[in-house]
Amino acid sequence: MSGPSKYQPTSAVGKWFHERLPIVAFAKDHALDFPTPKNLNYWYTFGGILAVMLVVQIVTGIVLVMHYTPQTDLAFTSVEHIMRDVNYGWMLRYLHMNGASMFFIAVYIHMFRGMYYGSYKAPREVLWMIGVIIYLIMMATAFMGYVLPWGQMSFWGAKVITNLFSAIPFVGDSVTTWLWGGYSVDNPTLNRFFSLHYLLPFVLAGVVILHIWALHVVGNNNPAGVDVKGPGDTVPFHPYYTIKDGFVIVVFFMFYALFVFYGPNYLGDAVNYVPANPLSTPSHIKPEWYYLPFYAILRSIPDKLFGVIAMFSSILILFFLPWLDTSRVRSGRYRPIFKLEFWIFAVVCVALGFIGSKPPEPVYVFWSRILTFYYFAHFIIILPVLGLMETPKPAPNSISDDVLGKSSLMPAE
Amino acid sequence: MKKFIPLLFAGLSFGALAIGAHAGEGALDAKHISYSFEGPFGKFDKAQLQRGYKVFKEVCSNCHSMKLVSFRNLSDKGGPGFTEDQVKALAATFTVHDGPNDKGDMFDRKGRASDAFPWNFPNDEAAKAANGGALPPDLSLITKAREGWHGTFNQLINGIGGPQYVYSLVSGFQDEPADLAKEKPEGKYYNPYFVNGPWISMPPPLSDGLVTFDDGSPNKVDDLARDVSAFLAWTAEPKMEERKKTGFEVMIYLAVLAGLLYFLKKQVWRDVH
Amino acid sequence: MVATGAVAAVGGAFVVWPLISQMNPDASVLAMASIEVDLAPIAEGQAIILKWRGNPLIVRHRSKADIDTAKAVKPTDLLDGVARNANVKEGEAATDDNRIVDGKSQYLVMLGVCTHLGCVPEGNKGDFGVVTPNGTTGGWLCPCHGSQYDTAGRVRKGPAPENLPVPPYKYVSDTKILVG
Repeated sequence: MSGPSKYQPTSAVGKWFHERLPIVAFAKDHALDFPTPKNLNYWYTFGGILAVMLVVQIVTGIVLVMHYTPQTDLAFTSVEHIMRDVNYGWMLRYLHMNGASMFFIAVYIHMFRGMYYGSYKAPREVLWMIGVIIYLIMMATAFMGYVLPWGQMSFWGAKVITNLFSAIPFVGDSVTTWLWGGYSVDNPTLNRFFSLHYLLPFVLAGVVILHIWALHVVGNNNPAGVDVKGPGDTVPFHPYYTIKDGFVIVVFFMFYALFVFYGPNYLGDAVNYVPANPLSTPSHIKPEWYYLPFYAILRSIPDKLFGVIAMFSSILILFFLPWLDTSRVRSGRYRPIFKLEFWIFAVVCVALGFIGSKPPEPVYVFWSRILTFYYFAHFIIILPVLGLMETPKPAPNSISDDVLGKSSLMPAE
Repeated sequence: MKKFIPLLFAGLSFGALAIGAHAGEGALDAKHISYSFEGPFGKFDKAQLQRGYKVFKEVCSNCHSMKLVSFRNLSDKGGPGFTEDQVKALAATFTVHDGPNDKGDMFDRKGRASDAFPWNFPNDEAAKAANGGALPPDLSLITKAREGWHGTFNQLINGIGGPQYVYSLVSGFQDEPADLAKEKPEGKYYNPYFVNGPWISMPPPLSDGLVTFDDGSPNKVDDLARDVSAFLAWTAEPKMEERKKTGFEVMIYLAVLAGLLYFLKKQVWRDVH
Repeated sequence: MVATGAVAAVGGAFVVWPLISQMNPDASVLAMASIEVDLAPIAEGQAIILKWRGNPLIVRHRSKADIDTAKAVKPTDLLDGVARNANVKEGEAATDDNRIVDGKSQYLVMLGVCTHLGCVPEGNKGDFGVVTPNGTTGGWLCPCHGSQYDTAGRVRKGPAPENLPVPPYKYVSDTKILVG
């Protein structure tokens, strides 16, 4: 936000308060007047959707906690108590459970949108990196939440994921024992996961504020990828984007409601309606859909330590994306080869997810290796080389030109 | 609005990944029978649930528990529709172990509507010992804990198939094929629908005419299997009718709100070029 | 300035340590009793699974074919050549004799915790058991990521890096062991 605030307190009380805490001016500048590029398309509404989903998850989560018991003998039945006896309990629980999936659908669209339009490029590197931190916290939170109902998949998911840390040389076993508070996943593990599952969403909210702060320092990117050149390129956030985001949020809620009310268990796993049994692993264990691509990467490598390293690297590599992409053009719209390669990459990610849901049979292991190789090649080889070799198409001179459909080759009128 | 279609597709294709087909260890897909409670407006058939309860009580409950369901639930809205008096009478036919009383002793008493469904065994170990080492699973959630068939798109269209799994299992016992006969373990039965199969410890539970209904409803194995699987679909998801009804209202409301916001958005953005 | 900072840092470390240490296994977990297992009821070719310290413990009464198959493998050909037996010297070779106690080859006692990511391997499965007309006996296959173990519980196919661990146990009588 540049320039002095437009807020002028009109009343004497307002003026008195403003001189002591200019919070009204702050809110007006950032929530209402914030100048936003006028050419943002619908892909840019997912940030707003994510903020709303975080609130939905926190609110439904807090009320669920009023009825849930984090104890291995009671956790499963307390969830069923919510489903059967608590007023509207079934709805709150299904909202929370499917809300996690909706949260991830929105975050993946938000991330791929950022990758397509080059939203991670200078000067938005820090904004992007805070986003990756948000994604990591989301994954940790969702994982610990999934453990709480203490079904078979909760238990074995917890065991497999915490065992990843045993791959650390020398101290691995001590670290897993420390994480578990015992020699296996058990009551102490459930209790600490519950504690952290309650805490992390609030940490997440704090990091989201940093994310928005960083956004408001550098301003929005836009589909044309060109900088804002003057007031003619922007519109105030309110009412233009509050109404537009509001519309899309309601449409997104319809999609969400379809799952909650008509297929609440479609995205889940039937085995999690069987109470946890530490002596028997389900015949086919797999994580929730949003982790599947990473699970496929883990399984593609036959060595324990290197499998774990590959899996964590596949996420951490996102931190380096701003420097791996060497292209000087921001938006993928003006990069013909990148545009094509972007969609190949997206399909590779979806295909990895598909393979992650399959049993570790040779044909799937074979394909998971090829796809894993492509996943890393995209970041380490293709993006750096492509940026240097590709001849971009001309981008418009300004956002206004973009809205009017002019490219820089057209003579200015 | 056109631009929004790819969004929905993207969302769907991510969502579609949720359940990939899984091998299922070679168990057969459940038979695709249909129930009254399927579809967005489906409701339980009360008479069928009452018959299913009878099958459960007279057959299944000899070995299986139903720990999450109480007698009072049988008169809940959206359930089998017993009256409260019927439920009281029905609960009183059971004996419940309770205590301690003021002398510190445990005692037996008649069941009350608020009691959870009692089990014939004091604990899992006793149930295992009486059933050849195999624990009969609790049936409260069984139709949500099992899948009738697999595959992301298959389940999107046909549902997860839990009730169909139960139907196929209890009505699907067969003589083992000749080439498998020598592998047959002692005291087990052949059932190609069994998820950890094909050898199952449960003997075929149903036979034609095993349970008789007061109103003379058909009681062949196929009928009994349909009725009891419908009853178990209700025990697993007792709020299903309320869920679908609320969902319809929510969808209508959201559709109206989305329409209003869409036109408001068009109006606000009219002058932006 | 530096000295004051150093003192403050030491104080900080002392405050943080209890917050970290509280997550380690507590006294009641550490005090978990050892268990006695009666081996007599386990028929040859059968295995039982018990719970020990929250983990599954596999006790298998091996057939002669199981033992012969295991003995036929040279320890140098194994993925993990170390015995992983708490009852022999650390680092001993993973011969079949080093996987059991007191030379009682017929009883194999080990944790059913896959050394990859902790799933319970399924018995009588995989390519490293004994093939009989009635199917495979002995040998374990992990359902999670496909690791395989032979009739002595030694890893033969990754991604698991180590043999299934043999816990500390001893024979208290001819057919009774004390685990832990």
